[in-house]
Amino acid sequence: MSTPGMDRSNLRTPLKEVRGLGSAKSGTRHFIIQRVTGLALVLLVIWVVGFVLSLIHAGDYAHAREMLRHPFAAVWLIAFIITAFWHAQLGLQVVIEDYVHARLVEMLAQIAVKFVCAGAALAGVVAVVRIYIGQ
Amino acid sequence: MAEFSLPKNSKVQKGKKYPAKAGAKNLRTFRIYRWNEEDGQNPHIDEYEVDMDSCGPMVLDALIKIKNEVDSTLTFRRSCREGICGSCAMNIDGNNTLACTKAIDDCKGDVAIYPLPHMPVVKDLVPDLTNFYAQYASIKPWLRTQTPPPPDAERLQSKEDRARLDGLYECILCASCSTACPSYWWNGDKYLGPAALLQAYRFIADSRDEDTGARLDELEDPFKLYRCHTIMNCTNTCPKGLNPAKAIGEIKKLMVERKGV
Repeated sequence: MSTPGMDRSNLRTPLKEVRGLGSAKSGTRHFIIQRVTGLALVLLVIWVVGFVLSLIHAGDYAHAREMLRHPFAAVWLIAFIITAFWHAQLGLQVVIEDYVHARLVEMLAQIAVKFVCAGAALAGVVAVVRIYIGQ
Repeated sequence: MAEFSLPKNSKVQKGKKYPAKAGAKNLRTFRIYRWNEEDGQNPHIDEYEVDMDSCGPMVLDALIKIKNEVDSTLTFRRSCREGICGSCAMNIDGNNTLACTKAIDDCKGDVAIYPLPHMPVVKDLVPDLTNFYAQYASIKPWLRTQTPPPPDAERLQSKEDRARLDGLYECILCASCSTACPSYWWNGDKYLGPAALLQAYRFIADSRDEDTGARLDELEDPFKLYRCHTIMNCTNTCPKGLNPAKAIGEIKKLMVERKGV
């Protein structure tokens, strides 16, 4: 009688399958960076929300541009953009690892997430720099 | 690709009703998952009315009564009937627990009984735990030492070091926690699951074990350890009141400690 899961027609022992390719000897760095960027985002998001609200209240376009050209604002915005997309990439990577089990689709999705996050972060940084140096 | 509904032959259907003998007054209904590979039918839910005036207080008492008096084909594992062997772990009233220590009075309405979630079913309430046991074996659950034991004594341990094993050594490997964990449901082939990780920590935390570094090496993996997303179902459901999520957290802390932030 064959029972699902107990089907050992491939003649491998359960331990062989559980051990698989062994430990990847990684994951801790990912774990640490995800938490440190998360902690940084708590501080950054509080400031960014306040800053965006004050931009809305700035009144006119010229005044808003002027606020964005302050070095402090530019540094915090760039820090926020890089940290947010870094954190997003790490989080999305885990979500894909959790739920996407077709190997090829998973790899394509992981690469796409990295490209999109890196691209969006770069675009955001360039936008802030453009305003900062006054183009 | 992803499947969003059960295949036709896995849909759970309504089963038979087994009314209690005439004259029974104190009735309780048990709705029990049934599946037998050999009869070719879909899984179904059979309903059994049990006269509580002639039944013990625990869910396992009712299961044994049904098997003895109503339907001898009902299949489940049980042994010690006092919460120490872990055989009768199943999903009762929506939670994974031990049938022998779960009081019928603590269940709401009809008592729904299913096998442990997301495991292959052998028959009725009997899940296939082959993979679960292999994962336990893979953490090498014994003292690993280089120093030979003293020739005329046990390996000694201070009272404080012994106390660090409290909350770990009591695990009976019933699999309630691992089969309650969504991460284990989706990635149970690669994620070790709360039970095996609690057992791994039990040896990492043991002052007599000399292989702590190698144990951490073996666990340092995005799937084996880091699939734990602190969902806490394991701790919620543990029928022994243990905290596997905390044990996993302690492993992660040691990983960070040896690597540095």
